[in-house]
Amino acid sequence: MLGYYVDLAVRSLKRSPGLTVLMILAIGFGVGASMTSYSVFRAVSGDPIPWKSSHLYVPQIDVWGPKGHQDGSNNNDPPDAMDYTDAVALMRDHRAKLQSAMYRVSPSIVPPDASKHPINVGGHAVYSEFFPMVDAPFKYGSGWSAAEDSQRAAVVVLNGDINQKLFGGQNSVGKTVNIDGKDYRVVGVLDNWNPKPVFFDVVNTGGFTTGHEDVFIPFQRAIDVGMPNDGNTNCSEIPKGSGFVGLQQSSCVWIAYMAELDDKAAVTAYHDYLDAYFRDQKQAGRFSWPLNNRLRDLPAWLDSEHVVPSDTKVSLLVALGLLVVCLVNTAGLLLAKFLRRSSEIGVRRALGAPRLAIYTQFLVEAAIVGLTGGALGLLLTWGGVHGVSWVLPKEISTLARLDVGLLALTLLVAVVATMLAGLYPTFRASRVQPALQLKSN
Amino acid sequence: MLKMTHLSKVYRTEVVETYALRDFNIDVKEGEFVAVTGPSGSGKTTFLTIAGLLETFTGGEYHLDGIEVSQLDDNARSKIRNEKIGFIFQAFNLIPDLNVFDNVEVPLRYRGMKSAERKERIMNALERVGLASRAKHYPAELSGGQQQRVAIARALAGSPRLLLADEPTGNLDTQMARGVLELLEEIHREGATIVMVTHDPELAARAQRNVHVIDGQVVDLAEDPRFHTAYTAAAGQVRS
Repeated sequence: MLGYYVDLAVRSLKRSPGLTVLMILAIGFGVGASMTSYSVFRAVSGDPIPWKSSHLYVPQIDVWGPKGHQDGSNNNDPPDAMDYTDAVALMRDHRAKLQSAMYRVSPSIVPPDASKHPINVGGHAVYSEFFPMVDAPFKYGSGWSAAEDSQRAAVVVLNGDINQKLFGGQNSVGKTVNIDGKDYRVVGVLDNWNPKPVFFDVVNTGGFTTGHEDVFIPFQRAIDVGMPNDGNTNCSEIPKGSGFVGLQQSSCVWIAYMAELDDKAAVTAYHDYLDAYFRDQKQAGRFSWPLNNRLRDLPAWLDSEHVVPSDTKVSLLVALGLLVVCLVNTAGLLLAKFLRRSSEIGVRRALGAPRLAIYTQFLVEAAIVGLTGGALGLLLTWGGVHGVSWVLPKEISTLARLDVGLLALTLLVAVVATMLAGLYPTFRASRVQPALQLKSN
Repeated sequence: MLKMTHLSKVYRTEVVETYALRDFNIDVKEGEFVAVTGPSGSGKTTFLTIAGLLETFTGGEYHLDGIEVSQLDDNARSKIRNEKIGFIFQAFNLIPDLNVFDNVEVPLRYRGMKSAERKERIMNALERVGLASRAKHYPAELSGGQQQRVAIARALAGSPRLLLADEPTGNLDTQMARGVLELLEEIHREGATIVMVTHDPELAARAQRNVHVIDGQVVDLAEDPRFHTAYTAAAGQVRS
C-alpha cells in the first residue's frame, strides 16, 4: 500500500508544480540554514573528550583577591590560570591521580638539513602525566617518565604533522630534534592529535586556534632553558623582577592546570586540599582575603570560559527560528493543498478508505515534500558550510564540515519537520466529512 | 438487506434543532430495485448517506445485511462500505488525476486485494459497462455518460451486495440517461439490490417499488396530500 501512496503523492505534487516548488524551497532553505549553523555549533560545542571529561578538573586559586576581579567581567571568579608558585606547589603536592601544569610555547626547530630554514612550531610544556590524563593517542613510542620530569630531561613528543615534515612520517623515536639550538630526543609521536577545542588549555588558546600542537616538552625543562610563555599572561600588578624569571616570581597568571579525579570522594578530597593550601598560604602572609577557590569539571569549565562563541549560538537560534517560520508556511501550503482535495477525500472515504488510510496517504505526501526539501537543504548546507567563513572567524569556520552524520541528520530533520508540519493539515484532511463533500457535489 | 426502524437524524445548533429524518422506516429486501423519491430537501440524500454509512444517525435502528450498524467504529464502517456497498453519484465523483483503470481500482486497493485479481475485476467491470477500450483515458477525456459508466464500473468491481445511486442520471442528457438506466436494470436483473434516490418520476417508474419521502418521513402516496403537491411540481420541472 505504501507504493500506492507514493504514486498518489507524486501525481498530486505534479498536479500543482508551483505550490510544490514553494514548499520544497521553504523546507530546503529552512533546513539548509539551520543545518549550516548547526554544523558550526556542533564543531565548537562538542565534548572534546566525552569518555572522561567528567573526570577532568580545573582548579582555580584566588591569587589576586577582590582587587583582582574589579573589572567585573567574571563575577567573583578567581583568575582562570595559575601563577608559577601555585602551579609548581600543586604539582609537588601531587594530590590527584594524574595532573599537569602547562604553558604554551612556540620554539623553532632547526631541520637536520642545514640548507633548510628553521621551522616555527607551537606546543606546550607539560608534565609526564599530561599524556595519560588527556588520553593522547601515540603512533610511535610514548610520553616521557616522571623521572625525566625531575631530571629536566631534553626529551620531546612530536605530533604527526611535524614528524611528517621532519622525518617523512617515519618512526622517529630515539632520533634527535634541534629545538631552539638544543638537542631533544624524540620519545613519542602522536597520531595527528589536535582536539578542538584545545580543552586542556583554553586559557592560552581561547579553545579554538588555527595553530597546531606540534611539540610537547617537559615543563621544568622548558622553564630551565627559559622557553618563554607564548600564551596569555595576566597580572594584577607589575612584576617586580624582569624577564621570564621575574614572571615566575610574580603573581601574574599564565599557567593552565588540569587534574584527573576519578570519583566524588577524590573530588571532595582535592577540594579540601586546595582550601587547606590556600589557608596555609594565607597564614604565610601571601593572601589577606577570604577563601575563594574553584574546582570545575571540564564541561563546566568550558562553559564558564565561554568557549562556544556566542555568535554561533545566536546564529543557530536565528536559523532554527527561520526553520520554524518555513515550517509554518509549509503547514499552511499543505493545508490549502489538502483541503482543496476534499472531494477526492470524500470519494475515497465513500469507497471504503478508513481515516487512517487518508491520514497515511497525505502524510506520505508530506514526507515526499520533506525528502525533496531535504535534498535541496543538503545542497544549501554544503554551500553554507563552504561559505560560512564569510561570516565567522577562520578558526571557527574551518571546523564546520559536512560529514555522513550531518548529511543523514539533514535529511532526517527535513522529513520529520515536514511531517510534523503536515500533521495538522493531514488531520484536517482525514476529518473531511464524506457526506458533506458528496452532497455538495 | 437494508432495514431502518424509527430512524431519526437531527442537526443541532445552539438555538435550533432540524430534523432531516424523523421516524423513518424502510425495509429493502435482497434483490429489490427501490426508487426513493421526493421533493428537494425532503431528506432523500440524507437517507442515502446514512444508508451508505457516510453519516451517523441520531436515533432508531439500522440493520444492513443483518448487522446493526449504530455502534460500529470508523474502521468497521469503512470495511462495510468497501465490501458491501457500491455508490453511484449524480456528479460521478471520479478522481480527475486517475485514469479510468485507476479510478475503478480505488475501492479494491482499500480491500488489500492482490494485483492480478484487481486487474481481472477492473477489466470485467469495464467490459460490462462497455468501456474496456477506454481504460487508459482520464475522466476529462470522457463524455458525461461515459463517466457515469466508469462510476458504475467502480461500484460493480467490488461485487457489492447493495448499490446506492444518488440521482444517477441527473447530470446526463436523455439519451445518455437512458443508457445508464438500462445498465442499472441489467445489473438488477443479475441479482443486485439497488436503492436509487431520484426526483425524476419517469426514472422512479422503472424501479420495482417506489418509496416516497416528504419532510424526512416515508409517506403513503395515496394518503398524503403533501406528496401530491410536491410530486406534481417536481414532475412539471422535469418535463419543462
